[in-house]
Amino acid sequence: MKTLLCPLNGIRNIDEFIYGGEYHVEPDRKQVDRKAWAEHVFFDTNSAGVVTEWWCHTPSSFWFLADRDTVTDEVINTYPFSIDPVER
Amino acid sequence: MRLSAPFGTRIKRDTRVFFSFNGTRLNGFEGDTVASALLAADVQLMSRSFKYHRPRLGLTFAGDDAATLVTIDHRANCFADTETLGQAMEVTSQNHLGSLEHDLGAAIGLLARFLPVGFYYKAFYRPKGIWELWAKFFRRSAGLGRINPSKQKVVPRTKRYLHVDHLVVGGGYHGMRAALDIANDGKSVLLVEQDPVLGGSLLYSRIDPEGVVAGRLAQELIGQIETNSNIEVMTTAHCNGWYADHYVPILQGHNLFKIRASGVTLATGSLEQPAVFRNNDLPGVMLGSGVQRLVHLYGVKAGHRAVIIAGNDEAYGLALDLLDADIEVAAIIELRAEPVKSGTRSALMESVVERGVRIITGAEPHAAVARRGHLSAIQLRGQASKEVHVAQYEPLETIECDLLCSSVGFLPQYQIPCQAGARLRFDEEDNCFTLDGLPRGFQLAGSITGKWGLDEPAPDPSHSWPIFPHPQGKEFVDQDEDLQIVDIVNAVADGFTHVQLVKRYSTVGMGPSQGRHSALATAKITAAANRTTIDETGVTTARPPLRAEPLAASAGEVFFPARLSSMHEAHSKLGAQFLHAGTWYRPACYPRPGEDRIACIEREVINVRRNVGMIDLSTLGGIDIRGPDASELLNRLYTGGFKGLAIGKSKYALMCNEAGVVIDDGVAARLAETHFYVTATTTGVENVYRQMLKWNVQWQLDVDITNVTSAYCVVNLAGPKSKEVLARLTTTDLDEDAFPYLGVREGEVAGIPARLLRVGFVGELGYEIHVPQTLGRHLWEALAAVGATFDIAPFGVEAQRLLRLEKGHIIIGQDTDAMTHLRELEMSWAVSRKKPFFIGDRTTAEIDTTRMTRRLAGFTVESANRMDVPQESQLVLEGDRMAGRVTSAAYSPTLDKIVGLAYVPATSAEGDTITIRVDHGHGLQATLCELPFYDPQTERQRVPDISVDVIEETLPERTSLISGSRSDLGNGVVIVDRTLSDRCGIRGRTAASWLESLSMLVPDKPNCAQVQKDGTLLARLSVGEFLFLGSSNYLGCHPDGADSNYSLPRADSHAWLVLSGAHSRELLQAVCSIDLRPRSFLDGDVAQTLMFGISVILIQSEGIFHLCADITSSQYLYDALGESINSMSI
Repeated sequence: MKTLLCPLNGIRNIDEFIYGGEYHVEPDRKQVDRKAWAEHVFFDTNSAGVVTEWWCHTPSSFWFLADRDTVTDEVINTYPFSIDPVER
Repeated sequence: MRLSAPFGTRIKRDTRVFFSFNGTRLNGFEGDTVASALLAADVQLMSRSFKYHRPRLGLTFAGDDAATLVTIDHRANCFADTETLGQAMEVTSQNHLGSLEHDLGAAIGLLARFLPVGFYYKAFYRPKGIWELWAKFFRRSAGLGRINPSKQKVVPRTKRYLHVDHLVVGGGYHGMRAALDIANDGKSVLLVEQDPVLGGSLLYSRIDPEGVVAGRLAQELIGQIETNSNIEVMTTAHCNGWYADHYVPILQGHNLFKIRASGVTLATGSLEQPAVFRNNDLPGVMLGSGVQRLVHLYGVKAGHRAVIIAGNDEAYGLALDLLDADIEVAAIIELRAEPVKSGTRSALMESVVERGVRIITGAEPHAAVARRGHLSAIQLRGQASKEVHVAQYEPLETIECDLLCSSVGFLPQYQIPCQAGARLRFDEEDNCFTLDGLPRGFQLAGSITGKWGLDEPAPDPSHSWPIFPHPQGKEFVDQDEDLQIVDIVNAVADGFTHVQLVKRYSTVGMGPSQGRHSALATAKITAAANRTTIDETGVTTARPPLRAEPLAASAGEVFFPARLSSMHEAHSKLGAQFLHAGTWYRPACYPRPGEDRIACIEREVINVRRNVGMIDLSTLGGIDIRGPDASELLNRLYTGGFKGLAIGKSKYALMCNEAGVVIDDGVAARLAETHFYVTATTTGVENVYRQMLKWNVQWQLDVDITNVTSAYCVVNLAGPKSKEVLARLTTTDLDEDAFPYLGVREGEVAGIPARLLRVGFVGELGYEIHVPQTLGRHLWEALAAVGATFDIAPFGVEAQRLLRLEKGHIIIGQDTDAMTHLRELEMSWAVSRKKPFFIGDRTTAEIDTTRMTRRLAGFTVESANRMDVPQESQLVLEGDRMAGRVTSAAYSPTLDKIVGLAYVPATSAEGDTITIRVDHGHGLQATLCELPFYDPQTERQRVPDISVDVIEETLPERTSLISGSRSDLGNGVVIVDRTLSDRCGIRGRTAASWLESLSMLVPDKPNCAQVQKDGTLLARLSVGEFLFLGSSNYLGCHPDGADSNYSLPRADSHAWLVLSGAHSRELLQAVCSIDLRPRSFLDGDVAQTLMFGISVILIQSEGIFHLCADITSSQYLYDALGESINSMSI
């Protein structure tokens, strides 16, 4: 079983986490055209290489981001969403 | 026949072990394997081969061939050569028709010529239907062994976690050396050995002519290992695979250890490979190392007159061993030309020459000859060219022998490194396999690297072509599957040129030994047939498990999380039938004796409509939203508008995702300007809660979100007489004006602090009563007692489904799917257009500009026949075309007709007739109608004007959800249930400084705990969240609203167990996947993790462990801990 480094709880088995999808910067929902909006809602880049993903440590309900190489399945870095988070 | 000591290092000659083989009583010694005892008793035949039923006696004596598969005490397919002999074992042979000696199945061997490779694929296409005839035959001959279900013993099996710094697999010379080196660096090492003792091949192979070096080395190293406190040794333990980040399962007896290591060293060595020649499977033909094991470990003399086929120097060590064991060595067939020339001879070879053994060069094996089913001689021929066919040969002499040992080559145990991502390469120059591309932290030591020798690695001593085709075949490449050279060659000729295809077409390597003694020869023959190199050919993938393992090893001891409300026991007493909703157990219905399910559900429905019913809704999700931005958060997450919602009122709340798909619903109740309580569906709440947190991580609104589902026990009291029951238990004014429909009130019910919501889900006057979980049992009993005079009856989920269907209320997930949009549900009324946005608004707006294809509509069938009720997901037809499907349908006892919900064409209208395709293809005509089916004017919500005296009750005692707990579970673990003790949670952006201002000792970082001056314990779970064990008074200060800090109802949402005793840490280490070793998990450490599949908070303080977990899972957790203690016998 893989492990993942939770920024709050340390190294844990991957079954303590759920995957929250690729991280996207949301486009302006009022301005963006429908094609770009559909891209945002329905498509992931699914690229071969390093992608940024949402992960949640379920016992503590802690959401964070992970940079993962989809080719090697290596997690390069994990960190909380914001630089100055109001962590609860 | 037995040899005297010092041969037989593993047996204890003073203890006889009696057993039987095919009914014959035999005996061996303690320490024997079943196979060694059989050979010592001069048993000449152990099994029959899979395909041709050829007689077999064993090849490797290391558990690597199918020849030693036997049934032991009704356990089929045990490897006799690794199974330790036990008293009174009943051993029987497998795979023969009639007796082992006179196997009728052997006749199939005569047909071998007509059973070419790929026979299965070729033979059964024509004529059509021929397969039916063949199938009967094949079904009978497929598989090995017989399982007698009535004789199977269920053995308890355990799974345990184990953390080590470094794992070394293989306790031979190199494994022990690696373990010592790493341990001397101060790391903890687990050394795993498959045999009962350490030593590996040092215990049976010969390094020097005198035969003393190996034993001395073994003793020295074992001594060092035993005295090294950093090394833990696990023997008779098997490593069957490697998984990501050094997660390695180790099987030992009935235990499965899930090892997590920082590094892994594999020192599993290499496996000796057989020579391939005609009749190389006869009883009496064995691997040199197999014979050495028999001689040294078990003192078994496997024959009287031996011939050795030599492809390396190991053969000469073997020859010396045989001579010492008083076995005549008739000749050594030396396949190599150079080593025999004087000057290049090894010390071992010199010694063999000195002892007068005849060494034959320029010859190779032609065929082994049998007499009465056992090897009697070897025919030799002049050395031929390295080909897969033999065209001409020069016959040489025939040498009589009853033992033929081959020592021609080795294959590294490449399987597990390859699973870990390594590549297997063949170095043609050094004639050896090597492994590269290992993952980080993964090392190899010893001959698994492809290099040989103790300290100076030398090339692998393998002969390049120990393969000797015979004109009449029967040179077995794979002895498990009875495959000959010609089968591999023909597979390639049939076009299956790739080694992976050769395997699938011929089944080579698919037998019980998974190619461990056939992969090398297969690679060589395939390479030769393809006229390519071994490196290009490679070997087939070997997936875990490496060796056969019982399914029970992974299936055994599985825990299924269960959530029960505090009213569960009451439901059980009432005879409830339960159904699963996620991990919850919910009462489906409460049948009376002799009552069938449908009658029961209808009775419960009618009672709600006529009198009053009560249902346990504790599984309903509950989320507390507090803070200045609470209404803003709801406005963004739900479709409706919540800013204007009055305090003390609730509102339907519908949630979409970004794709505009409806994902959950509930009710949002406003308790204060900055405090909402939102309900969510039973199975949806976890996801809803997580999505809320995920959005707010990005939005950073000033709001606190808490999942309080388990903190409350909920009863929905519904029916025309519900007010009469409730009014007797509460002082809260229940009159229409004081407590209107959708109102929310805080008060007391039966002396319990309660939150009351006036709801109408089931279509009757009803009150949802939310009380603290630990007081739920009392609420249920109080309602049942007071309600008795009003014919109150509990109703289950089934009746509720029917009641809400009559009222036309949808259930998200049942009446919606992953494509359902707001418009299809005609729920635009639930959408606020007056707010900036909500999740899903943009997509919903886009969808609204397109043509709608379907909508959810109600239908009725005017038929009282309950048999006509359509099933969920039956199709709605428009002509021949699928136009929709039924989502809910039932016979309504209230309306005496069938009612249901279905997706129908968007163009259809009320009054239209639709056709539902029901069972057997019949069409059922149904009429579309307006919703709801029942009480369209909502007249049932009228509150009767009554006034009654309130029964005064005082606050009852809280009850734990763990029943029958006893503190000392034995085995050095004491568990105390402190669920009823004080505790609370505090969360907020300034919670830490607020607590400090109250003179508390605040842990300076998350996942730490601090004992307070008064003995209470404060654990910090995140930057702003604390769990306070031992007190609930917040030190005289209530945090709600103070500087954006909030209280969390931990005394009701979480159970609290305290574990102490000498073995409490050991227990937790075994059942918890995180590293809880004494030096990793210290006093004052906190871990939020999973245990038995549920979330727990584990705190170590002053030598004891505090375990907090969801209160509704507390019985499950308690039982699982108890079971683990028992099964581990710690």
